[in-house]
Amino acid sequence: MSEIADKVKKIVVEHLGVEESKVTPEASFIDDLGADSLDTVELVMAFEEAFNVEIPEDAAEKIATVKDAIDYIEKQKAA
Amino acid sequence: MFRLDGKTALVTGASGGIGRAIAATLHAQGATVILSGTREAVLQEQVKELGGERAFYVTANLSEAAEADALVGKAEEAAGAPLDILVNNAGLTRDTLALRMKDQDWDQVLNVDLSSPFRLCRAALKGMLRRRAGRIVNIASVVGTTGNAGQANYSAAKAGMVGMSKSLAQEAGSRGVTVNVVAPGFIVTPMTDVLPDAQKEKLTSAIPLGRLGKPEDVASAVLYLCTEEAGWVTGSTLHVNGGMAMV
Repeated sequence: MSEIADKVKKIVVEHLGVEESKVTPEASFIDDLGADSLDTVELVMAFEEAFNVEIPEDAAEKIATVKDAIDYIEKQKAA
Repeated sequence: MFRLDGKTALVTGASGGIGRAIAATLHAQGATVILSGTREAVLQEQVKELGGERAFYVTANLSEAAEADALVGKAEEAAGAPLDILVNNAGLTRDTLALRMKDQDWDQVLNVDLSSPFRLCRAALKGMLRRRAGRIVNIASVVGTTGNAGQANYSAAKAGMVGMSKSLAQEAGSRGVTVNVVAPGFIVTPMTDVLPDAQKEKLTSAIPLGRLGKPEDVASAVLYLCTEEAGWVTGSTLHVNGGMAMV
């Protein structure tokens, strides 16, 4: 697993208070990890801070799963 | 009842008449208070008056966006504790009839009385939502509901504050954070004390409770909304106006 994926997972575990084993790439924040809309906003802000990236609103809306988040951040970091 | 021991509260506009009373009341109930304002000497004096314990001050010019953005962080740093309570009390007026109102009069009042409270709410909510607790009380005005000739800018800002608070209350409710408004009527402060007696009498005659308000009348209402006991009250506006406008 990449460093980014590791860090994303850690943030999700910390923020949503879920077990690490549940934070699989396919896990949906809302459907599988019990997040509400406010949690997802807080997560996006936590990612922005941790990775020093800006995630605009339209991109943030598309981040539904752990993998979505990792992919988006990896793409930003590669650019 | 209504104790605030162990809580940390930021009061903006604390060097003014109402802000001063709010800070003193919250402090008397056990809160650690951070006073913010523009006049450092006055704030220093107030901290001294509060006995120096559990009292701090931070100067801030809230017409500057960056200073408004940074204030919550600075307050937490000064107190050495995260913020439990935010009271947005700072505000200013630039009264004149609309025909004579300059863009600058409008912009300045909207900026300081509405945009800067929003910035402070946004900054405070970040931590409050995470900690699953918090109280925000925004000080509006009766004229936000009734309007007032000569105050198109001020009444618009204060009405806007009510709508903003209701929206924030909906956003923050699931985290146990409440956002409420206190809307004072005519309060005697150094600012209003200079009005001629005849005008004060006229104002008083329109108030069923037969007197002008005191800063402490407002402070008590603010205190209630800051307490644990008010935990099921959010998005509401508490009118403190002696019955002048029953809305």
